[in-house]
Amino acid sequence: MSDQEQQPTDAPEPRGAGLEQPEIEHRPRWRETLSVLMSNRLAAVGLVVLVVMVVTAILGHRLAPYALDAQDLTRRFDPPSADHWFGTDDLGQDVFSRVVIGARSSLLVAGVSVGISMVVGTLLGLLAGYRGGWMDSTLMRTMDVLFAFPVVLLAIALVAVFGPSLRNTMLAIAVVFTPIFARVVRGSVLSVREQLYVRAVRSLGAGDLRIVLRHVLPNVAAPVLVQTSLSLAFAILTEAALSYVGVGVQPPTPAWGSMLSDAQRYMAQGWWLSVFPGLAIFVTVMSFNLLGDGLRDALDPQQRSIIEARGAGAKDGDA
Amino acid sequence: MSEEPLIAVDDLEVHFPGGPRSILRRGSPPPPVRAVDGVSFEIRRGETLGLVGESGCGKSTTGLALLRLVEPTAGSVTFDGRDVRALSRRELRTLRRRVAMIFQDPYASLDPRMTVGDAITEAMVIHDLHGDGKGRRRRAGELLERVGLHPDVAERYPHEFSGGQRQRVGIARALAVEPDFIVCDEPIAALDVSIQASVMNLLAELQADLGLTYLFIAHDLAAVQHVSDRIAVMYLGRIVEQADREQLYRSPGHPYTQALLSAIPVPSPAHERERRRTLLEGDVPSPMDPPSGCRFRTRCPEVFEACGRVDPALQEVAEQHHVACLLHGEVGTEVPRSEHRDAART
Repeated sequence: MSDQEQQPTDAPEPRGAGLEQPEIEHRPRWRETLSVLMSNRLAAVGLVVLVVMVVTAILGHRLAPYALDAQDLTRRFDPPSADHWFGTDDLGQDVFSRVVIGARSSLLVAGVSVGISMVVGTLLGLLAGYRGGWMDSTLMRTMDVLFAFPVVLLAIALVAVFGPSLRNTMLAIAVVFTPIFARVVRGSVLSVREQLYVRAVRSLGAGDLRIVLRHVLPNVAAPVLVQTSLSLAFAILTEAALSYVGVGVQPPTPAWGSMLSDAQRYMAQGWWLSVFPGLAIFVTVMSFNLLGDGLRDALDPQQRSIIEARGAGAKDGDA
Repeated sequence: MSEEPLIAVDDLEVHFPGGPRSILRRGSPPPPVRAVDGVSFEIRRGETLGLVGESGCGKSTTGLALLRLVEPTAGSVTFDGRDVRALSRRELRTLRRRVAMIFQDPYASLDPRMTVGDAITEAMVIHDLHGDGKGRRRRAGELLERVGLHPDVAERYPHEFSGGQRQRVGIARALAVEPDFIVCDEPIAALDVSIQASVMNLLAELQADLGLTYLFIAHDLAAVQHVSDRIAVMYLGRIVEQADREQLYRSPGHPYTQALLSAIPVPSPAHERERRRTLLEGDVPSPMDPPSGCRFRTRCPEVFEACGRVDPALQEVAEQHHVACLLHGEVGTEVPRSEHRDAART
């Protein structure tokens, strides 16, 4: 082939023929993605908040002004004050400290369980959607069975069987969420695998593995991301539900969900008991969603050039 | 003429299942869709065969079957002396290096999440061509230049290109595997008329420079007129006429070809007014249930009694000119009386 290159051509087009071939630079794609992501203000806020949350979760005890076991039964149901920013609860414990320390188990449960279900669910969905046939039927009917149970009931059953612990809570939530991912991914794969570009890549000799990893997976990433940010929220709430019936994160370890469910008994005595853990959940979930949306757009080349064009336009306007 | 053909297709059939058998519906399952039903042709090295027919006649399926992108149901495909249907997985990959394909829709045939440079280098990665990443990127730049694009566009995504440019990218990608034979599946049908000519010229240039062999699929005779050495006309899964280009345009032997030719507008108003046009009536019958005998008889202006009774075979009416029509003599297979269908419709 290479000697055919040297044959003279009458093509009018080739520019720079005979000139030295310019080296095509290959800038890292992730950098570009990150810069687009950061140009989206909401996504940037989401990312910053999440980083703060994660740091809080890691430092936990060291950030909290009061120790976990510090009780002051003379100061039960104190409203928020300079001493107790978020007030105190029914045992006279500092709510702020508990929210800070609770970040660890809440984020851990959400992150690990959704992480597992996303990876396993995506794999199953890819397999079912791409392979089709009996593989599809078997996998998806199994997922349907899991789906048939109410989420919380199934999680409770799993934890009840394996014993309540943080690890089993995470596993139970992961099992419950896996079919959601599998279904979302399978649906997208069914449409992507029929796309002409998949056939085109196959016509070049690509094998199934390459097609799935390099072409199908990137094109089903958007719904997976959206589902992930939604699931993170639901995972925190599911943990709350599990804690409520006593099979979730075990006391005395605080978690936002269990704090919320404990607080409802004391609605009349102190609104701050429920509002602050609720706010923590809300802010975290919101940040996940903002980041997820931003990430989805930043990973889509078409959206990316729209965003970049808008950014360039704004800059021109400023000048 | 005596040279071995590069690709030989013999009695190729591609049938798709008609649908799942329902336990609620009694009787036999729906009949298969006979997309390609006994197609034979040969293409010699460096030659272009134009394959023409209406949409749904099986021409694209024929093209896909050559690369086994759809599996043939029966018949044989021989590429460079090897039986394509008997290839192992590994050999199939080698086949897909030597045989490339250019698709009709340049908007859909490129992965929207991959830069065009990556799309082109991927073809080289699959076949381990041009060493490392750097060599491949350089080669991708050369290929882009070869198809009339600037090498710098390698970093761009498909949506940043026009239809004509994307088709050029598609051509560059096809060339990246260094093929001998390219199946061009209506490469210009989706493009603006003003772009069509330049893409056609590019394909012709590449053929001359690289010694490529083409199967050029199109839905009208005008499109293949200038690029094809020989032309095959397909109707409802069969080839009804095959001839050298000039022979076909000068003396079309099949009423269907005549109708297609009469549909090409003449660039002269006076001639255009006087021109006698054969307008075909009705729709193409379903390939699930083709008419008995000649498949074209339900729309043929020249239909006569024998058409429903005899399934015409290709017969040589002049040198290298084959026509499957009973007007040239009743050559074909007699249809059993029990299978006479649609007698009322003719």
